Amino acid sequence: MPIHEKSLIRPEDLKTHEQLVVEGVDVSGHWSTFIQTRVIADYNEALEEEVAALPGAEHIHRCWQCGSCTNACTVNALNPDFNPRFWIYLVRLGMQSELLRDKDIIWQCVSCNKCTYACPRDVNPEGVMKALSHWLELKGHTPKSPSMIFDEEFSEQVIRRGRIEEGRLIQRFFKRTGQTLNQEWLVEMVRRLLRHLPLALLARLGLARLLAPRSRGWAAARAAIQDYVGAQQARQRRALGLGERLETGAADAADTTQH
Amino acid sequence: MSDDKTDKYRRVAYYPGCALEGTGHAYNRSTRQVGKALGLDLVEVSDWNCCGAMEVKNIDPKIQTYLSSRVMSIAANRMGMDVVMAPCNGCYHNLKKAEYDLAHDPASAEVVGRLSAKAGHDAYRAGQVETIHALDWIKAAIGEEGLRQRVRNGLKGLRVANYYGCMYTRPRHIFPEKDAGPGSESTFEPHFMDDLLAAAGALNVEFPLKTACCGGAHTLSDSDTSTKLVLNILRAAETAGAEVIATECPTCHSGLEMHQIRADRKFGHKTQVKIIYFTQLLGLALGLTARQLGLHENVSDSLELLAAKGLT
Repeated sequence: MPIHEKSLIRPEDLKTHEQLVVEGVDVSGHWSTFIQTRVIADYNEALEEEVAALPGAEHIHRCWQCGSCTNACTVNALNPDFNPRFWIYLVRLGMQSELLRDKDIIWQCVSCNKCTYACPRDVNPEGVMKALSHWLELKGHTPKSPSMIFDEEFSEQVIRRGRIEEGRLIQRFFKRTGQTLNQEWLVEMVRRLLRHLPLALLARLGLARLLAPRSRGWAAARAAIQDYVGAQQARQRRALGLGERLETGAADAADTTQH
Repeated sequence: MSDDKTDKYRRVAYYPGCALEGTGHAYNRSTRQVGKALGLDLVEVSDWNCCGAMEVKNIDPKIQTYLSSRVMSIAANRMGMDVVMAPCNGCYHNLKKAEYDLAHDPASAEVVGRLSAKAGHDAYRAGQVETIHALDWIKAAIGEEGLRQRVRNGLKGLRVANYYGCMYTRPRHIFPEKDAGPGSESTFEPHFMDDLLAAAGALNVEFPLKTACCGGAHTLSDSDTSTKLVLNILRAAETAGAEVIATECPTCHSGLEMHQIRADRKFGHKTQVKIIYFTQLLGLALGLTARQLGLHENVSDSLELLAAKGLT
């Protein structure tokens, strides 16, 4: 496996001397750069297995580090620290502390699937990113990301009623992430939306907000899905060496990050 | 496109999905109107449910597969249809993905079978229906030549950037009919929307970001990232000389509209390009009115531009 050691060299580990003469030879500045010896004592040998136990990361072992994912990545183009190839490498080696340095940005994968399109080994890097951010949350390394909170609100509505109603979803999400709906751009958008809207449509949207759309005959499907999700979540927690699921809505709210 | 598709697609099961009942209402409306004007039959899937969108898979991917399979099961087993048409990229993608998983992954088929039995309906089996996008639908059932014959008020060289987004082409393996030789859609450089709008009289600009990402999955949870991605798309379209970005997905469409305003109000980056569903543009060319097509429902206000061009 090719090793991109450059990514592992941190600026704080580089030692240089402005003035240094060794045995009469001037090696000042650039010529005296050394990398601090690094000792890694906290390999997590179970890391790859744990991550691979979460949905999406089943094929992480196939990766041969070509870097096509990072090369194609939408988020990497905005932030070079967002590096799927590197994180897959760290997980496979079990270098947990290195991985944790990037823990606050991994959830930012936008699921555009450019990586999955480019990957020659069917690793499904998009799924690995989702599994990784899930792993970080389950292990308590990060609070629930805004993205996960949105996914939970969304899925909860779908499982309960079979359909979603966007107004309710946005309102609940903003509330759980502690954001106000009174943001200038949002107000401006609503203003523009209302400019030409006919009354009939407004009434229809208002009605949907009050009644919440639902699929008919959904109760049996809801029960089946809830059973399955409960069993899967218990399985995942066992795979990660965690106790049975204790989470409640209140605990989720306390986890909320502010963005 | 072969003749059997021309006939097969004339009457299809219609799966609008949640967004088309909410923010994407104008897409729903214009799709139905265009279908009507072209003499195509849409039969809405009864008691449909959400496909899982971009969110449910992050709770559990197999639940997403089940949700999508239920829609196809109703179309096939309850309605006896053999084609499901979904205008929303998210719905289209998820149904295609479920189709692929059910055909290739026994574990997915097992879970779908178990959940369907518990939920009291027939399990969907791979191959029972063919899922298509609104673009496939019009392209195959009517085609460019058919469209040209029906155009009553051509788009008069309106300069359009065609924006397809992520879910219509990626990942490649769930779209076995794409990249399949002459006449098929390309996952690398899609062209079905370009073809249809050119036949309707638009001038397609050279637009390099056809399949770029608008950050739709994080449009609210990581808004700054989405705004940057959208601004990139808007600017590229303007640089390419486009007056309009044509969309074929309600999430992309509302993302572009929302972050166009956000880029302006929050970061001071103003862009002028208008955002219009491709079905609205086709509808105008077919002689339908702006109101019939829901153009007044768009946040991006294109009425003035279209009037100045003599299109409304």
